[in-house]
Amino acid sequence: MSHEHRLRFKTLVMVLLMVVCANTGDLMLARGMKQIGNVEISVPGLRHALLSTIQSGSIWIGILFLIGFTLCYMTAVSWADYSFVMPAGAFGYAVQTMLAIVVLHEVVSPKRWIGVAMICVGVLLVGQTKPNTTNPGPGVTGL
Amino acid sequence: MTRVILMLIFFVLCNTGGELAMSYGVKQVGEPESFRPMALLRFIWAAARNSWLWVALPLLAASFYSLLILFSWAPVSVVIPASASNYIVGTFGAKYLLKEDVSFKRWLGVILVCVGVTVVLLTGRS
Repeated sequence: MSHEHRLRFKTLVMVLLMVVCANTGDLMLARGMKQIGNVEISVPGLRHALLSTIQSGSIWIGILFLIGFTLCYMTAVSWADYSFVMPAGAFGYAVQTMLAIVVLHEVVSPKRWIGVAMICVGVLLVGQTKPNTTNPGPGVTGL
Repeated sequence: MTRVILMLIFFVLCNTGGELAMSYGVKQVGEPESFRPMALLRFIWAAARNSWLWVALPLLAASFYSLLILFSWAPVSVVIPASASNYIVGTFGAKYLLKEDVSFKRWLGVILVCVGVTVVLLTGRS
């Protein structure tokens, strides 16, 4: 496998991990906050919300997944261009839509499908470009 | 309206600036030697000692809070397209600050992603 193919492959794996971690993290945070209920904007209300979030398992799992997302993102941009990784991460919106249909059996509007298609085509176009344009090859680090 | 525009500019600059600083710092650190736990810990430790990461974190925190403020000040239809503009501003930053070679194909992809994200977020799921 050539250097560029290897780079493309490992970037793709990292972007997929980023998408999984971000979506799962958001889902767990949303679940945790729903279990806590509406947050009252007052000193006792905020104190109660803070204590509830600290005690919530779902919130901690969500935070762990979001830390995982940040690590995957940092790892990906350590070898690939920022302008390559950043738009590729938008693929998560397409995954969210698929999950909404398959898991939640939601109806998706045609307008949203158009948006998802645009994201997929955009990510495919970005994916066809060279993942790293600032570092000519292996063994060379830094900018 | 002026305060919304100023806050939007602040949000986009903080978000893009934070991500660019993180990207620049992590590139200085270099990629992890392997995906073994110790190698990953060494990578995290090296990244934590890089000053650019400590520039990135407050910028990203400021962008997060400015987005929350924006949602309380302006309709979602204004805030969402503005937040999706991060993709365009970020690509400009990558080109001129990180000196990345952004080809026509990559620009086209970024613009499609930006418009697509705006459409998806504005339509919701119903």
